[in-house]
Amino acid sequence: MRLLRLVWTQRWVSILSLVFVALACDSSPSPTSSSKTPQPQAPTQPSGAKEGVDVQLCDGETKTTVPADVERTRENGVKISDALMAQWKGKHPDVDWVSQEQEKHTIVPPHDNHNLVEKGQGQVYGKISEQDVLTWERETLKFVTDGSRVFHSSDELGSQIAVSCDMCHPNAANTHPETYPKFQVQLGRVALLRDMINWCIEHPVRGQVLAPDDPKMRALEAYITAQRKGQQLAYGKR
Amino acid sequence: MARRPSMKSVETKYYEERQQLFDQLRGLDRRSFLKVSAAAMGAALTQGIQFTPHSFQPVQVAYAEEAEAFRFAYISDSHLYDRKVNERFVRSLLRAVDDVNRMDPAPDFVLYGGDLAQLGKPEELDLGAQILQNLKVPVRMMVGEHDWFLDMGEKWRALFGEPTYSFDHKGVHCVVLLSVLEDDFWTVRGMTPMERMQTVAGLDNGIQSRFKVGEEQREWLQKDLASLADNTPLIIFSHSPLYKYYRAWNFWTEDADEVQALLQRFKNVVVVHGHTHQLLTNRIGNIYFHGMLSTAWPWPYAPEGLPELTIQMSRPDPFNPNDGCGDGACRVYTDGLADKVYNLWNRNPVQVTRTYMVSNGKQGLPAMPNLISF
Repeated sequence: MRLLRLVWTQRWVSILSLVFVALACDSSPSPTSSSKTPQPQAPTQPSGAKEGVDVQLCDGETKTTVPADVERTRENGVKISDALMAQWKGKHPDVDWVSQEQEKHTIVPPHDNHNLVEKGQGQVYGKISEQDVLTWERETLKFVTDGSRVFHSSDELGSQIAVSCDMCHPNAANTHPETYPKFQVQLGRVALLRDMINWCIEHPVRGQVLAPDDPKMRALEAYITAQRKGQQLAYGKR
Repeated sequence: MARRPSMKSVETKYYEERQQLFDQLRGLDRRSFLKVSAAAMGAALTQGIQFTPHSFQPVQVAYAEEAEAFRFAYISDSHLYDRKVNERFVRSLLRAVDDVNRMDPAPDFVLYGGDLAQLGKPEELDLGAQILQNLKVPVRMMVGEHDWFLDMGEKWRALFGEPTYSFDHKGVHCVVLLSVLEDDFWTVRGMTPMERMQTVAGLDNGIQSRFKVGEEQREWLQKDLASLADNTPLIIFSHSPLYKYYRAWNFWTEDADEVQALLQRFKNVVVVHGHTHQLLTNRIGNIYFHGMLSTAWPWPYAPEGLPELTIQMSRPDPFNPNDGCGDGACRVYTDGLADKVYNLWNRNPVQVTRTYMVSNGKQGLPAMPNLISF
């Protein structure tokens, strides 16, 4: 009997650890949305065979109570963990925000650095691996995708009149980031891209201007610049 | 002294010219008479002649090649939100209504080009209907995608009737199409109606399908045109352009070729379309395509696919909220050709004339832009 109980505990541990691993993979929130890192707590001990078993995810919040008479098979275990995951996903609808955003809006991919793999004269950061190249690409694309998310959302931009950037600039068309810095005639002074972004946020979009190092401003600049990959720089062009 | 008939006195010549002028004037209809008087006045003033009550300037009377059948005005793409959310778009539509009410001579009717609401909400459509009631001439309504995809036309039908219809006006056959239908992309994704509407509302949102007229409507169109002779002047009103300009932004009609095939047998067809919020001109054989301006905001020109005949409007100045926006009119002639007037707010109006279209861009060029798209 004691042996069976040990085996049973191990089964639950393996299921819960699968859940934990699933949560850890690429589900980090977007850099600009505010969310706390989950604080895992130790799951409550099984209260007793008669009342049912409390099963809890490692976020410490998502839980369910499994009735005592449910047969303890692998299939039922998978059903319980699926239900917990669905609950968790329901509370966090933006967990797939990167792929969702990329499906909605075409985003120009960053430069392909694969030609650097396994090259170099052997320094600390000189030995470039496939993993490095993929990391650079994915992180850069994620940053730019966040910019696209802000660009297309009047709520994220803080607009009081439900206007977003893509209403005048679909796919960031007609933004001409490659022409900055330039004399912005309407401002009467030389402007950078971020000055123009802030002007647009303040006036057509009617939101709050962003600080130059605000994560949203950095993301917007990144997205707008990224869409013009391959264009010649032409600063000062009207 | 004997009078030789070949030599006439100055006074005789004077009275003969005067009589000739009166005979010519008597033969004119009202519109040409006004033109002649204006021309005469103009000629006299430019020559710096002292204008006395007894002076008569013999004027060559020029008749128009083709008579104008009628003119209509258009207002399009207002994208209204509820007034509490966004007042700017409401003010723009009110301005357009004012423009049309002040037109002289008054147009025969106004075409509303689609996208009255931004998110298809009942309050947005009600607000738009209320504003358009201020127009002094009759309105012909057309559906845009922003009006349709929240409730698939339920509110629109209640307010404005069927989206597809045709009518005859002074010998010209006019058809209004619902050309923004899309293949179902929302069911498989389990989208709510608002999610579906938000997807369609994003011009660059790639999840939505391409616009189409659809087989059912094409069959309706074929039946509607069946009884018309080939030289019947024909105007098609459509929200999507009925040709293929730029796919990613749905400046595109998927079954454009099939629709154009139905129109091929006619002598002259004019298509007036919305959705593109810019000065846009195209010609495919016998079909002349004209875009309408938006009252709410201008779209940039697409990076590729711009029709050759299009002379761009100058890049709008973002510091002027109305720049690149406006309304306009269309003068339709008895042979089915048309002059298109773009009444760009805070700019000189631009006319794309029948001469320009018929000569394939060699004559009658409209004004060139200051800053082009790049």
